Amino acid sequence: MKTYSLFIGCNIPARVRSYESASRAVLERLGVGLVDSREFTCCGYPLRNVDQGAFLLSAARNLALANRMGYDMLVLCSCCFGSLKAAQYMLGRDEAARRNVEHALRKEGLHYDGGVRIKHFLSALYHDIGAETLKRLINRPFTSLKIAAHYGCHALRPSHVTAFDDPVAPRIFEDLVEITGAQSVEWDTKLDCCGAPLLGINDDLSLDLTRNKMTKAVEAGVDFLCTACPYCQLQFETARHRGIAGNGEGSTTVASLLYPQLLGYGMGIENKRLELDANLLKAAAGKS
Amino acid sequence: MLFSVLLYGSLSILLLGTAWRVSRWFTRKIGPASRSIPSSRRVSAALKGIVRTLFSGSILTALRVFFVDGLLQWRILKEDALRWVMHMCIFAGFLLLLLMHALESHITVKLFKDYYSTANPFFFLRELFGVLVLIGVCLALFRRFILKVPRLKTRAPDIFAIIILTVIIGSGFFLEGAKMLSHGEFMRMVEDWSDAGDPAEVQALESYWVDAFGLHSPSLSPPFSEEILSEGREIHEMSCEFCHAPAQWAFASYGVNRAMAPAGSFLERIHAVTVLWYIHILACFAGLAYLPFSKMFHIIATPVGLAVSAVTDRKRADPANVATRQAIELDACTQCGTCSLRCSVAPAVAPFGNPYILPSERMAYLRRLGRDGLPGPSDREALRQGACICSNCDRCTVVCPSGINLREFWMCVREDLVQQGEPEPAMLSPFSFFRGLQKATLDDIVDYDIVDYNDPLQRAMHSVTANGNGKVHSPDSEPLDLTRPRESVEDPVLEAGHFTDCFGCRTCTTVCPVVGNYEDPVNTLGLLPHQIMFSLGLGLPDTACRSRMLWDCVTCYQCEEHCPQGVRITDILYTLKNRSIQNRLL
Repeated sequence: MKTYSLFIGCNIPARVRSYESASRAVLERLGVGLVDSREFTCCGYPLRNVDQGAFLLSAARNLALANRMGYDMLVLCSCCFGSLKAAQYMLGRDEAARRNVEHALRKEGLHYDGGVRIKHFLSALYHDIGAETLKRLINRPFTSLKIAAHYGCHALRPSHVTAFDDPVAPRIFEDLVEITGAQSVEWDTKLDCCGAPLLGINDDLSLDLTRNKMTKAVEAGVDFLCTACPYCQLQFETARHRGIAGNGEGSTTVASLLYPQLLGYGMGIENKRLELDANLLKAAAGKS
Repeated sequence: MLFSVLLYGSLSILLLGTAWRVSRWFTRKIGPASRSIPSSRRVSAALKGIVRTLFSGSILTALRVFFVDGLLQWRILKEDALRWVMHMCIFAGFLLLLLMHALESHITVKLFKDYYSTANPFFFLRELFGVLVLIGVCLALFRRFILKVPRLKTRAPDIFAIIILTVIIGSGFFLEGAKMLSHGEFMRMVEDWSDAGDPAEVQALESYWVDAFGLHSPSLSPPFSEEILSEGREIHEMSCEFCHAPAQWAFASYGVNRAMAPAGSFLERIHAVTVLWYIHILACFAGLAYLPFSKMFHIIATPVGLAVSAVTDRKRADPANVATRQAIELDACTQCGTCSLRCSVAPAVAPFGNPYILPSERMAYLRRLGRDGLPGPSDREALRQGACICSNCDRCTVVCPSGINLREFWMCVREDLVQQGEPEPAMLSPFSFFRGLQKATLDDIVDYDIVDYNDPLQRAMHSVTANGNGKVHSPDSEPLDLTRPRESVEDPVLEAGHFTDCFGCRTCTTVCPVVGNYEDPVNTLGLLPHQIMFSLGLGLPDTACRSRMLWDCVTCYQCEEHCPQGVRITDILYTLKNRSIQNRLL
């Protein structure tokens, strides 16, 4: 049985608990083992704007912990994933920064060796579990559900650091959506930013970006956006609740699902464990 | 007489002190909303809330929380079993001693007809409860000084609490041990309780007590003849045994008695029983009077806070009651450090050299503040930075054994801090996501009709983007000074050098979604991504640092991904942001 150390970050337990519960439900169905640690802390992502040293130390501390646990690290949040990958990349190339980090971690009895494998939730499903295995477990396939897969910047780019998928023509997320029987719709702003990194700093700009994105999804005629990152999910849901997408008359918004909710539904896992609002799916015209 | 004066004196101080502490629940201000609500309004809102709770189902919720989290301390057990054992030993031991021993004439005597403090089970139980408290105190010392529980700071109030408990319980054991030893006490009991009339009988009884129960006799000493002892035992069985259990049942005091035995005559001479009695009751009265001013006040504030939190409906709560609840929570904090142990941003404490990043440290500081709840200028900056470097992961709220809603508490405190004084650059990071989310979803514990949401952000932005003249750089402002500053040759940003591969194709700017979002990007953003690279090429990192573009960058890495020359543009912008914060205007 494949086992990972689970890194859930800060946003998921506080605000997007459905992502965690749905992921656990799906991984349990897949026979994947998860080891939790209360020692994990902030990945360092928000610190990066303020102090590079603090960012590297926070990220490296988590990597050292995961290394000690001895499993590959499964990361649900794309920003945590990008941040941990970036830190690992930078510490592998900057001898001085690495010495600083090692020195600081030694005081806690931790050792950073840079070796731990960091996996995004989607990569783990796609590469470690495999599309065929997933397909076999789908017993309630969607028949005409249209989904706009939203990749999320920090998983996808910079591709030489994250090594997630082809940065220009990625396939992973779309393939994973189609496994469930849903149709992954091609849309203009698929690879664009959701706007979340600027929410709280420049709200107008942040929500402008979200609006652009959501408008294109609506234009593509999708039933749902689909995300695999708590920041993106919160951003889309905030925009939807404020009804900000679209311009002018007849404009509308579209709800966002987390990928494990979509997959879990296809696997026949009960809505309660997926924290999936059944009405939401029904509203998409009984398409399952 | 003296006893009554001391008792009523300390009780008065206890009551007045408690009244003062409780009054602060209605006067202390935490968060912008609290500033416009007068105390009278808070009192009336609280009374209304109490009445509403009493006559609704939520009284059951409050009682359940009081029982489970207050008395059984379930929240402590969930976090740390050893700590629960420690706390339970002290709490249960002391509470039972208070009820059974200190208030014996009011409670125990009335409940149990055959109550004698010297008869079992009471004689034994009193020892047991005292020993429980001492075990708790030892565990507390063990956790603090040997185990060195991480982030558990030991401050003066903690030391005082430990000392006062130790003196109360310790003097109790010594008093009891000295009483067992004391010939005077023995003679008093003989006069009061025994039928032994003639001196020979008393002597026999005394011999038996010396032999069996650790009595020190000025005139008699072992070995005693079997005959005397059996006569003594007979008198003991007739006169004493009914209401005086063997001294060994008070096992701890008996141990103390044995240790003190060699000094028996000396102790008798200095009236050790009287002296220890004074120490014991003075310590008790001191503890009583000191309670409202000490750490021990949490025995009142914490259960009240737990019950209030349990019945407060977050969405519909009266802002006056939220303000009051937060003032109670300030008192409910026991400085146990659990929040900081679980704090997600704790690893940032060392790099920033700022202990206020830890929630328990901020709490300790805020507890010392006066009514307006605002820090002095010297600490404000560190406190504000600490409050802003918070990923809002809610872990502190989840683990707090006192059930303090720290999430809302910090939102209010943070807003207070960023609204006044110097701008806080940490606000210009995803740490602000939560604040933005609260604003955007209108889920505002902080009411942005009262305070300006944008002002702290604008001031922070100004502090990092303005040049020495206070102007944001734009092509319309002063012409650029292109003389390469001498020191820039050594500049680490320039040393890094990877921007030198830039050949000016402007792809970065073309693909940037932020640039694309504006009609007039140059005037809005100061410098566009390719211009930032050019500035670096010209050896002008400080010009690049003042560009608004840095802070409007969504870090989507489109520029870096598409750069044909592999320049790590987004990473360079990160570096420039760090530098811009270091060089900001103060």
